[in-house]
Amino acid sequence: MSDKNSTGSSRSLWQLLRSPSGKYSLGALTVTGFVVGILFWGGFNWAMELTNTETFCISCHEMQVNVYEEYRDTVHYNNRTGVRAVCSDCHVPKEWHYKMLRKIVATNELFHHFLGTVDTPEKFEAKRLELAQHVWKTMKETNSRECRNCHDYDSMDYVDQQRRAVKAHIKGFDKGETCIDCHKGIAHSLPAMYTEDVSAVTGNEH
Amino acid sequence: MNRSEICALAAAMLLLVTVSSADDNVQSLRGDSSLDADAQTPIIKRWEPDQDVMARDFVQQPPLVPHSIDGYKIDKNSNKCLTCHSWANYRESGATKISQTHFSDRDETVLDNVAPRRYFCTQCHVPQKDTKPLVENSFEPVKAIQER
Repeated sequence: MSDKNSTGSSRSLWQLLRSPSGKYSLGALTVTGFVVGILFWGGFNWAMELTNTETFCISCHEMQVNVYEEYRDTVHYNNRTGVRAVCSDCHVPKEWHYKMLRKIVATNELFHHFLGTVDTPEKFEAKRLELAQHVWKTMKETNSRECRNCHDYDSMDYVDQQRRAVKAHIKGFDKGETCIDCHKGIAHSLPAMYTEDVSAVTGNEH
Repeated sequence: MNRSEICALAAAMLLLVTVSSADDNVQSLRGDSSLDADAQTPIIKRWEPDQDVMARDFVQQPPLVPHSIDGYKIDKNSNKCLTCHSWANYRESGATKISQTHFSDRDETVLDNVAPRRYFCTQCHVPQKDTKPLVENSFEPVKAIQER
């Protein structure tokens, strides 16, 4: 009985949506649709941006006690000019479609948060190598896209760089290397054994 | 007031007098500062820009670091210095390789990697800033290592 009713009401809703409005003017419908559209899109974007804030990221203690604490010692947190790169500047793409994809992938992180996969510093340390390798792999694949949002090769002035940096940059770019090939562990602690055996960490022959 | 109380009071007063008169004379290498005034903030000098290998002042001196090492981490997981100065990486980076003495432990047993007692580079190797020495020093290197 209730089944029949619900199919009946859904059918009538469908009919309502399909039939032209006899009551409201086309203008009113267009304007309403426009305003509601703006509100919806604005709200969606606002909520999405909220998940890009530092406050949101460190609302999970896994982030706060491990990676966030380490990052507070680095130049991306505190520096001469006061420009700060927060979590999302490096870990979330700026372009819309890449950003959406990253946000969908991030549901896996929520899943593991609720599973408690890395809920103690010890568990985190044990997983650090694997987690770091994921990030390094992504950055290598995207040619360090998130680094390049701020650090552009074409804008680099070698004259202003220190001697060691000039040498390493010219050599690296000539070999077609990308930022992350050398700049690992600049914002977070490195996994154990990184300097002992680089191939153990990067997964390639060195 | 009994005798011992008087003695204690006298001792306390004497101590007070001594402390208040000594207070003008206490000087550390950082200079003296009275309690009611702010200490003068020293000028924090910048690290010297990258330079060539610095001359040593005595033969056994650990070589100085001729570049800034800000943000370089040395902990049990990683050692930033070794990413350039280790035997595995020095040719690629063009850096000076660490001395073979760094592979021996305190019993002179040679290990297959940097000995733990030699792992923390900045215990001996330090970068330099162009500052005035705190105390006068007339030390001169022997002729054999003096720069011409």
